[in-house]
Amino acid sequence: MKSVEFREIEGGRPFYLLLGFFGLFVLAGLGAAWYMEHNGHWVTGMSNQIIWGTPHVFAVFLIVAASGALNVASISSVFGKTPYKPLARLSGLLAITLLVGGLAVLVLDLGRPDRLIIAMTYYNFKSIFAWNIFLYVGFMVVVAIYLWMMMEQKMNRFTKPAGFAAFIWRLTLTTGTGSIFGFLVARQAYNSALLAPMFIIMSFAFGLAIFILVLMASYQWSDRPLGDAILMRLKNLLGVFVAAVLYFVIVYHLTNLYITGQHGVERFILLDGGVYTQVFWGLQILLGNLLPLALLYNPSTGKSRSWIGIASALVIVGGLAQVYVIIIGGQAYPLELFPGKEVTSPFFDGGINTYTPSLPEIMLGIGGVGLALAATLVGIRVLRFLPVSLADDQVDPHHQAGDAA
Amino acid sequence: MSEESNFDRYRRRFLGGTATAVAGLSIAPGVLLHSIGRAKPADEPVTGKVRWGMLIDSNKCATGCDDCVKACDDEHGLTGFGRPETDAQWIRKVTLKDKQTGHTQTLPLLCQHCEKPPCVDVCPTGASFRREDGIVLVDKHICIGCRYCMMACPYKARSFIHESLQDQKPWAPRGKGTVESCTFCVQRVDNDRIPACVEACTAENHNALIFGDINDPDSEVSRQLRKHNSRQIRADLGLNTGVRYRGI
Repeated sequence: MKSVEFREIEGGRPFYLLLGFFGLFVLAGLGAAWYMEHNGHWVTGMSNQIIWGTPHVFAVFLIVAASGALNVASISSVFGKTPYKPLARLSGLLAITLLVGGLAVLVLDLGRPDRLIIAMTYYNFKSIFAWNIFLYVGFMVVVAIYLWMMMEQKMNRFTKPAGFAAFIWRLTLTTGTGSIFGFLVARQAYNSALLAPMFIIMSFAFGLAIFILVLMASYQWSDRPLGDAILMRLKNLLGVFVAAVLYFVIVYHLTNLYITGQHGVERFILLDGGVYTQVFWGLQILLGNLLPLALLYNPSTGKSRSWIGIASALVIVGGLAQVYVIIIGGQAYPLELFPGKEVTSPFFDGGINTYTPSLPEIMLGIGGVGLALAATLVGIRVLRFLPVSLADDQVDPHHQAGDAA
Repeated sequence: MSEESNFDRYRRRFLGGTATAVAGLSIAPGVLLHSIGRAKPADEPVTGKVRWGMLIDSNKCATGCDDCVKACDDEHGLTGFGRPETDAQWIRKVTLKDKQTGHTQTLPLLCQHCEKPPCVDVCPTGASFRREDGIVLVDKHICIGCRYCMMACPYKARSFIHESLQDQKPWAPRGKGTVESCTFCVQRVDNDRIPACVEACTAENHNALIFGDINDPDSEVSRQLRKHNSRQIRADLGLNTGVRYRGI
């Protein structure tokens, strides 16, 4: 295999137009955050019943996707698959930018975002949240060092250990994110060790879907060659990850369906939960799992770039839907304090909690996506993250061998 | 001359009376404190020798009565904004109907002041904390408003402040963007008074709420707990709640 040449993307008008476009979302997100903090959270859809709303859906999605985006680099450095090596830098960059986007949303949705310094200086080490603060900040540092090892020729020999450290860190990080919910013993929909590995496999799928779309878009817009060989590998991998997510979802629900005490919450999500049932079956399972699987493995659509792009976009839609059902659906189902009793109160005990996402919440969430994309764009403009060519002969040793023979 | 001596006499009487009053005022609290036997000077830390707790008898809790809720709202200045979904509620009346038998009952639900509170476990900054004497509180100065404690509380006991507040009670400081819940009226308890909800329930002669030191075998709450069977809500979680219920 030839040595890969990396180069920054061109600046100029299209770059600034795109940056401005993403910047608009960032500004909208900041405006939404200011509006929410100024008035208080009553202007959102959140309440004392639905405590975490749409911003958390975006934040958790982005944080989960961030660790997953690093997978491509891990496959190269840790598992030694050379075709992925040219993609490793972009993979590391996306891991950092997506995490920054997600954390920004999380912090700006706090009741007191001005007290961020307190979150960084006061720690309760029994809290998985406190651990996550270390895991998130540490992840950025570890991946930055990993990128440095990859991008500085003199340091290349440390790429493998750095990549290994980053890989272990990302697994720990997503375990921590899943455990935010898994450790919530009191709520029917959470309280499961399964959530940690499920979040890891979700991160594989969401992160790779975003990676594929960013890769395709940046090569299209910068007029660089992107061969089929690498795309076919990535899309096959995406299919495996999506199938694995589906497997975990099935096991999670089957387990709950076997436990009589969990029938209420299962009935709510799977059968009569209104919007949550619709989002679960329609967006998460059908559009987010089954349709992408069909598109990726169908012999004709599986070879088409457009369909691979559409399948990746569907995985993202399904991923957001899945996080929505987990976070909001999980809170919409009431706490069961008195088994066998019908419970009513002026504080909404016993009933299904209602929630409608408000515009500021959605804007804040999308602002985080805008921030992640803007940071990625600036990254590939100022540093050498993208190979000049990802044509087949650049990435696939077999292809080259075939040509030579 | 006799006028002068009268004046002296009055002066002596006045000074003597004042001295007695001052002496009385300085000694009386000590005597009173001694007689109650549990209060402490303000600069002395709370100890684990005491554990504050409450017994709620659902059988005595009157349907339609929400005096405990009103008393709590008054005590802490919990004025609503006409938005029940976001308005703070530290104690609420809950009605239970048995799905099988149709039997209906009512009871107040508040922070259960767990010995091992999930809200304290999950709080990233340590703002949620439990005093040595069992009262679970939020340190408003280091609460960042992440609401993880609300996700973790099995009893839905906590409220998030969704808007700016005015006219707060000096003894119950609250703040937009932070989380709060029942404090067992810590400002009263530290001054040898019972919580406002208990006072209101007793005033109505319902006597459904008994408050006291459950570590003290002679306290009324301990005696009642010893005498009657009581339950913890979600005892399966093993949190050893400070609030116990009869009749559920």
